[in-house]
Amino acid sequence: MNIELLNQAAAFVSLEADLLDHSEYTEWLNLWEESGTYIVPIDPNTTDFANTLNYAHDDATMRRLRVERLTSGESVSTVPAPRTIRSLSRFRLLGDDGQAVTLRCTQILGEFRKDVLKHYTADVTFVLKRAGDSFRIQQKVVRLLNSTDALACIAYIP
Amino acid sequence: MTLQAASQGLTLADLVQQDRVHTSLYTDPALFEQEMDKVFSSTWVWVAHASEIPEAGSYKTTFVGRQPVVVVRDRKQQVHVLLNRCRHRAATVCEGHKGKTNSFVCPYHGWSYSLDGALRGVPSPESYGDLLDKADFPLIKLRVEEYAGMIFATFKDDIEPLVDYLGPAKKWMDLFMKQGGGFPVKVAGEHRFRFPGNWKIQLENTTDAYHFPLVHKSFLSSVDEQTEKMLDFVEGPGLVEDLGNGHSVMVMIPELVDLEANLDAPIPDRFAELAEELRKDYPEDQVRRIVRAVGGSGFNLNLFPNVACSMAFFRVLRPVSVTETEIHHAAIVMDGGPAAANQARLRLHEHFQGPMGFGTPDDAEAWDRVQRGSFAGTNQWIMLNRGLAKEVETPDGRRSDVSAETGMRAAYRQWKKLMTA
Repeated sequence: MNIELLNQAAAFVSLEADLLDHSEYTEWLNLWEESGTYIVPIDPNTTDFANTLNYAHDDATMRRLRVERLTSGESVSTVPAPRTIRSLSRFRLLGDDGQAVTLRCTQILGEFRKDVLKHYTADVTFVLKRAGDSFRIQQKVVRLLNSTDALACIAYIP
Repeated sequence: MTLQAASQGLTLADLVQQDRVHTSLYTDPALFEQEMDKVFSSTWVWVAHASEIPEAGSYKTTFVGRQPVVVVRDRKQQVHVLLNRCRHRAATVCEGHKGKTNSFVCPYHGWSYSLDGALRGVPSPESYGDLLDKADFPLIKLRVEEYAGMIFATFKDDIEPLVDYLGPAKKWMDLFMKQGGGFPVKVAGEHRFRFPGNWKIQLENTTDAYHFPLVHKSFLSSVDEQTEKMLDFVEGPGLVEDLGNGHSVMVMIPELVDLEANLDAPIPDRFAELAEELRKDYPEDQVRRIVRAVGGSGFNLNLFPNVACSMAFFRVLRPVSVTETEIHHAAIVMDGGPAAANQARLRLHEHFQGPMGFGTPDDAEAWDRVQRGSFAGTNQWIMLNRGLAKEVETPDGRRSDVSAETGMRAAYRQWKKLMTA
């Protein structure tokens, strides 16, 4: 096992989690490859995200628009903004083709807004493209444990 | 149970007036119990689109009111809506959301039923002697009828046929299905979410244009200028029409009522790239027909009590309790249509709908606020008089401007009729 690579990738996705929890969205957008996709599927088994209905299937434009929506104050469901704290663990390298590393981990996320605390548990898979001594996100797939259930609104970026 | 409003000297019939309804319609558990019986168990309730159960043995589980049912297609292609309860000791016989099966077998003692609900076998029947005639214990069947691919069920054998119940709404259903762009429409997944509020708050919303520019400001900020202009309809030439039996239609974008008309109209900028892609495989007239259908229809059709044909998707509500409602937004694609067009439809659906959409969460927040607020001033009224001043009679019912509350008045008139029957 390449512990150094695993640590490097884990540190990168921990940074991504920290940026989202602290609403540092400009820095978050800068972590991405322009062609990267951010996906929150419904179907736990699908890999054909383009031809399937998802909760989110964002290219660069939609990521930027999503951030604008969350920060504009125009959306009644994001005022007040929910606060989130997420914890990543159980990191495993699934692949490395020299260009990109595939990392899977677990994400436990708590969300608090108005008087309600909610929890979402997810499997998250990142495809991280090598960029100098760091990475850029080529793909992030957040598989919510209860994705097939009736959810409440998710007014942040899981 | 006594009605909350009884303490204010009001009877059930008093709770719905021409221009307002009583707040207790959102908050009274006794009223909710009566609704389950007098509304959801007494009229046609939507259960599925035919494309959700395409083959023999295809099924989906859903609810009529609070009662779990299985919608299934048998080997003769006939659709059955069966109560999801074993005739022995009540266990559900089917737990998947949807799938395919040869039979329904109770997990508790193994009673097995065929796709049409007939009891086929019980394990170790000897102990019953001649006390159990299998013909007496099929899964309980609801009456089922279908129009334009939409399947409805009812517990009542003596109410009017579905086509009569739908009445003038039928022509709007036909128009809605034109968004197949020449292909059959097919349900392709759904967004499911719950909000802490009464089901009628969602019912009202389908023909509420008034909220759109305010609640959906962030969505409007996220679309191109042409689309934003198209969705600026509150002071436009649209209309709301009461279609009878609680049904109503809100036309927001009159030029998109008939998706097979005006095929020579310029292709909107946002679909230019898609049209170019489609031209590789389809002749120009078909490209135009498909592209025009991709964005959906220019109207919302509310079918009382639980389903709407809403621009580009089916909006389904399920009452859970007096203060909780589950919503399904079923996406629609063109069955056998071009992948690029169907991808565009899925991405448009994701953009607005669902728990991570740019529209739905703001609707749900507004409805949550309605429910919270309704616990203040329990003797107050929900005002529904917008557009009443300009309402006119039409051959189909009553009509007013696009942001009129005519559709809500229509729904509550039907609610009152059923609840006081």
